[in-house]
Amino acid sequence: MICDECKKRPANVHLTKIINGHKTEMHLCEECARAKGELDFFGAPEFSFHNLLAGLIHPEPMGIGMTMPSPYRTPRKCETCGLDYTDFTQSGFLGCSNCYADFHQQLEPLLRRIHGSTRHVGKVPGRTSGTLKIRKDIESLRAELQKCIAREEYEKAAEIRDRIHELEGKLNESA
Amino acid sequence: MRRVEGGKDLTARNYRVVRSMSLKDIIEKTLSAWMKDGGPEADVVLSTRIRVARNLNNVPFPHVASDADLKGVVDAVRDAVKRSPTLASLQVLDLAEVSPLDRQILVEKHLVSPQHIGQVKNRAVILRKDEVVSIMINEEDHIRIQTIFPGFQPEKAWELCNEVDDGLERGLDYAFDEKIGYLTACPTNVGTGLRASVMMHLPALAVTNQVGRVLSTVSHLGIAVRGLYGEGTESSGNIYQLSNQVTLGRTEEDILENIKGVARQIIDQERGARSYLMRETRRQLEDRVYRAYGILANARMITSEEALRLLSDVRLGIDTGLIPGIDRKIFNELMVLTRPAYLQKLMGRELSPPERDVERASFIRERIKEG
Repeated sequence: MICDECKKRPANVHLTKIINGHKTEMHLCEECARAKGELDFFGAPEFSFHNLLAGLIHPEPMGIGMTMPSPYRTPRKCETCGLDYTDFTQSGFLGCSNCYADFHQQLEPLLRRIHGSTRHVGKVPGRTSGTLKIRKDIESLRAELQKCIAREEYEKAAEIRDRIHELEGKLNESA
Repeated sequence: MRRVEGGKDLTARNYRVVRSMSLKDIIEKTLSAWMKDGGPEADVVLSTRIRVARNLNNVPFPHVASDADLKGVVDAVRDAVKRSPTLASLQVLDLAEVSPLDRQILVEKHLVSPQHIGQVKNRAVILRKDEVVSIMINEEDHIRIQTIFPGFQPEKAWELCNEVDDGLERGLDYAFDEKIGYLTACPTNVGTGLRASVMMHLPALAVTNQVGRVLSTVSHLGIAVRGLYGEGTESSGNIYQLSNQVTLGRTEEDILENIKGVARQIIDQERGARSYLMRETRRQLEDRVYRAYGILANARMITSEEALRLLSDVRLGIDTGLIPGIDRKIFNELMVLTRPAYLQKLMGRELSPPERDVERASFIRERIKEG
């Protein structure tokens, strides 16, 4: 097969692009592919960690069968700092701490891919740790309450319920 | 080369004498604590570094923040440091007020990242006097706290880093989310914001062509390895840095345990490879390390890359007992002292690259003879 571009050298780069369901095929020699920028993913000079991350977020540079999340379902701009989600997909950097809440839906699968988890279990700042601890305690007491009810241990369940009320009262005081 | 010292004009030769007499003093004064002392497992591990990334609530991240926002961050952190009883003695350096050469030295000492000195307006670094603690302000994140210890001391480094973090937090409102933890400019750091790095010298694994195998194995364990100088598995000086990649979904202690476990195995493998070399190819090894010693002790011009490569060989000779009578910490020292900016600082003037090669060679000769 001869290169589509120069029609001289043999084609050894075969590209299939699917953009909006429209499929195009290209057969290029290495030289023409590089000139057209189609070979950039091999040892490109700008290969950097953030480009790699951007690829994870936005797996479309080669257009191989991946669909982007619909722009209509999820917010495209952070309400606080105005960062556009596409800026993030290019730079790998978010604009402010509120971006995490605003882009929560898009970020969750990404966090899972990077870290294999979406849940922080480490250190908690001292100032928030008080109320956070209470909330976590309430969470685990509620789980215990359900277990007690299932086992028909109503006396113990009542004790736990009172304890939950007490903690909720504390939480409201500090809020 | 004419210089005035203590009101006396010194010729080049006189200067050399004065300089060599005070060489140890100069080194003593300019080195960070991690370069002076060996620490545990010093035959393989050069240093252990911990850094945590923190940001302030409701302030845009540095790459999009306005000058006023950035200045606000510097002021807020400066204030928090001043008011903290444990941190008040730390020194705040406004990077715009530090000379370009001194900024480069901060990079060579691993106290700030190369990116941090790219833009200096409203950027700062906070240092403890012994340079064990450094805090970068407005790098990729608003705050990056780093502690660096000689040898293999992940617990100690984390303990101190955690303490500094607690001290700062008392005066600042950190961006924190109950579900995903400390919020960072890049999602790769979110959660604990913790990066633990262990810098290792792996000459025997390199000589026996095992580095690639070891490195690809650890990459499956959520740990990245890179050559400290140079790219990929090639590293001049055979210095490699191990760091955790995952920051979310694990406790700080888990992250440390994981990297400790991996580092320990690499330490054992490196030691195993060293005894293998001593047992099977002692004569060749001896020849190699003494050739390196010979060049370093006699060369009149040397590039920093060649210096690193030969220093690595000499260090292997010291660690295997083939070269007696030299303190192994001179490797850590010279590794930093012979970098371009540091060298110019020591010489007290700007040097062209060929001049640097001359001064570097002469500096190494003197230092090696002192032992």
